[in-house]
Amino acid sequence: MSHGMKTLHNGSSFDRAELPLLDNDSFFQTIPDAIAGGWRVCSYFGVPAAGGAVLYCLMASKERGSLGIISTNVGRSFPSLAASCPQLHLFEREIAEQCLVRPEGHPWLKPVRFQQPLCQGQGFWHDSDGGGLLPSVMDYYRVEGDEVHEVAVGPVHAGIIEPGHFRFQCHGEEVFHLEISLGFQHRGIERALIGAPTHRTMHLMETIAGDTTIGHGQAYCMNMESLGGVYSPPRAETVRGIALELERLANHTGDLGAIAGDVGYLPTASFCGRIRGDFLNMTALLCGSRFGRGLLRPGGLGYDCETDIAGEILKRLESVRVDLTGAVSLLWNTQSVMARLESTGPVKESDAREIGLVGPAARACGMNRDVRRDHPFGIFRMSQIPVITATSCDVYARALVRWLEMERSLDFIVEQLGHLPRGGGYCNRPKGVAANRCAVALTEGWRGEICHLALTDELGRFERYKITDPSFHNWSGLALSLRNQQISDFPLCNKSFNLSYCGFDL
Amino acid sequence: MTNIIIHTFLALLMPPLLLGVIAKTKAAFGGRVGAPFLQPYYDILRLLHKGSVFSTTTTWVFRAGPIVALATTAVAALLMPFGAHPAPISFSGDMILYAYLFALGRFFTMAAALDTGSSFEGMGSAREATYSCLAEPTLFFALITLSRLSGSYSLSQMLANVTPGAWLYAGASLLLLIGGMFIVLLVENCRIPFDDPNTHLELTMIHEVMVLDHSGPAFGIIQYAAALKLFVLGAFFIHLALPFATGNAYLDWGVFIASMLLLAVVIGVVESVMARLRLVRIPQLLVAATILAAFSTLLIIR
Repeated sequence: MSHGMKTLHNGSSFDRAELPLLDNDSFFQTIPDAIAGGWRVCSYFGVPAAGGAVLYCLMASKERGSLGIISTNVGRSFPSLAASCPQLHLFEREIAEQCLVRPEGHPWLKPVRFQQPLCQGQGFWHDSDGGGLLPSVMDYYRVEGDEVHEVAVGPVHAGIIEPGHFRFQCHGEEVFHLEISLGFQHRGIERALIGAPTHRTMHLMETIAGDTTIGHGQAYCMNMESLGGVYSPPRAETVRGIALELERLANHTGDLGAIAGDVGYLPTASFCGRIRGDFLNMTALLCGSRFGRGLLRPGGLGYDCETDIAGEILKRLESVRVDLTGAVSLLWNTQSVMARLESTGPVKESDAREIGLVGPAARACGMNRDVRRDHPFGIFRMSQIPVITATSCDVYARALVRWLEMERSLDFIVEQLGHLPRGGGYCNRPKGVAANRCAVALTEGWRGEICHLALTDELGRFERYKITDPSFHNWSGLALSLRNQQISDFPLCNKSFNLSYCGFDL
Repeated sequence: MTNIIIHTFLALLMPPLLLGVIAKTKAAFGGRVGAPFLQPYYDILRLLHKGSVFSTTTTWVFRAGPIVALATTAVAALLMPFGAHPAPISFSGDMILYAYLFALGRFFTMAAALDTGSSFEGMGSAREATYSCLAEPTLFFALITLSRLSGSYSLSQMLANVTPGAWLYAGASLLLLIGGMFIVLLVENCRIPFDDPNTHLELTMIHEVMVLDHSGPAFGIIQYAAALKLFVLGAFFIHLALPFATGNAYLDWGVFIASMLLLAVVIGVVESVMARLRLVRIPQLLVAATILAAFSTLLIIR
């Protein structure tokens, strides 16, 4: 059943005239029906219109391997579905903040990024002199009682991490509730993309989340290629896949090292810190930037991958693999480390499914979802990577899933580098952007599903370019993992999710 | 007289070196070169040259915290015999003073932390109070055992009585004792597996979180006092574990210094090969330490 949605495959585009514009009743009935039928929400957003907004909902079905999209016109308010479909709660708050339409009956209606609305008018939340709110200025959930106390952490932290504000409601060392308030990194990327693309757009995409340059870059390139009617050459697709997996390897290595560091286990922390640099340097071999900036360009690559570079990466991978295996095995073989990781920060599988976790955090809860297999794109249409899941849902599971994924990624890179496709160049630049189209691209970044959705106007400019970073789905998971846990385990849980602040704040 | 001068000299100058040795050992396990051995001295000097910031919500208690902590530890250093040499100050019952000098220092550190009104520091104080309560019985069982062995209430005589010969007839008791005292040594000095002195994560800290608001010279004093505490408690532990005496005064000082450096390496190795305990597990290990020490007392009294 496609529930009256326009279905499409990942990385394709279609004429906006084909986009179903449902009436309100069927729109707000279709979403819960589809979720009950096994679909999940990838993105749900609004475009401000006169007197209200147009809401778009993009959903994905693993069984069908396809995506579905619907839209509807709403006035100054719309019925909230968050109570029955918790995975929508943050999307609805975002719509309220950006489009000034109120989700009626939302159980937790608070600002998301403390940003100014995308349209004229005053936001629902504003301070007394009519300006916007400063980040984290809002009413927090409070637990009252004699021995209950509140601990506020951030936005300034002791470590070199991004700013975010965390409120813990504690009873002694036990956490009853954690509320997370972000928005400090809001840069107005979505607003800047209205009327794009320009020559700057690719650079903006590469900095949505600096550690996911390839993941976001690839999604944007896919959209530009489907809107420009070109295919990137096979060689480019292969190198993009390699770069995506190198990015995954570098970040997962860093995460395992950080998890080891948080429990005070130095050998793995030090070695992983060094090995992360080795992976970043391999990406630098491809394009001169350790984070992969400039490697991806709409239509293909910014730089070709010469044979000697491929050989050099293969050679380095061999020794790095040995070091990495040694460093990570130390982690699994040290009793005191396992005692810290096991049954710390669990998220029940049913909860994870309801709030719509993605990426390694979801796979650690036994949810078998991976865009590379469910909605294959680029090289992953030809060459599959097995999906890894774990069942214990705790910090250990999230660490284990990362390590097993890294092993698969290493195999994949070695296999692909061994026979890079020849001929056909490395870039087919798209000539322009088709007008009145809707393009959708999903990629599996190292944090999970990245969703880019482009709506072009009659001149071929973006009327709206909606970006959904995996962190947007997963922050609620971190809050849930702290329920009834020790407050001293928070840094460990946080590292095991390692979510992006700037990817969320956009 | 020479011994008293050497004693004071060592107590004043050597403690930060232990931290340097620990850091170097950990770096070696992590495959790194690590900071120079003298880095802790540079750090303390750097802090002493800085200005101080005091929150307007704090009172004199906040400023007294570091000073009392250093003063109590320094007096404890004078009560503690180093190696085969007796302590500069020694009298019957000084073991009680020794134990409660640390308690007094800790009380002021906790009071200074509470004085800031910060929720972090309150959490740190609560943890410190809990764990030090649980560590105290171990120390007292150790002192009872030693005073029973020697028939004295003075630290110098109690510890001088622990010789390789004593290990022959009270070996089982002393073995249990060093097990318990090693745990106390680690927990009192906030080392892994109980606390991680290098972490930057406020929510997991115990000792470090209590001194978050101290800056500049006050923080330098705190770091120096922490090093001195490690040195003094380490000297106690060395007496039990490595009770060697050559009879030559200068050679004995050499043996003492070498033993202390060895102890620092051992602490570094322990910190490298294991992770921190979950906070809820720490009391269990501290109770285990108390039981070890209690059985050591039982074995002596029987």
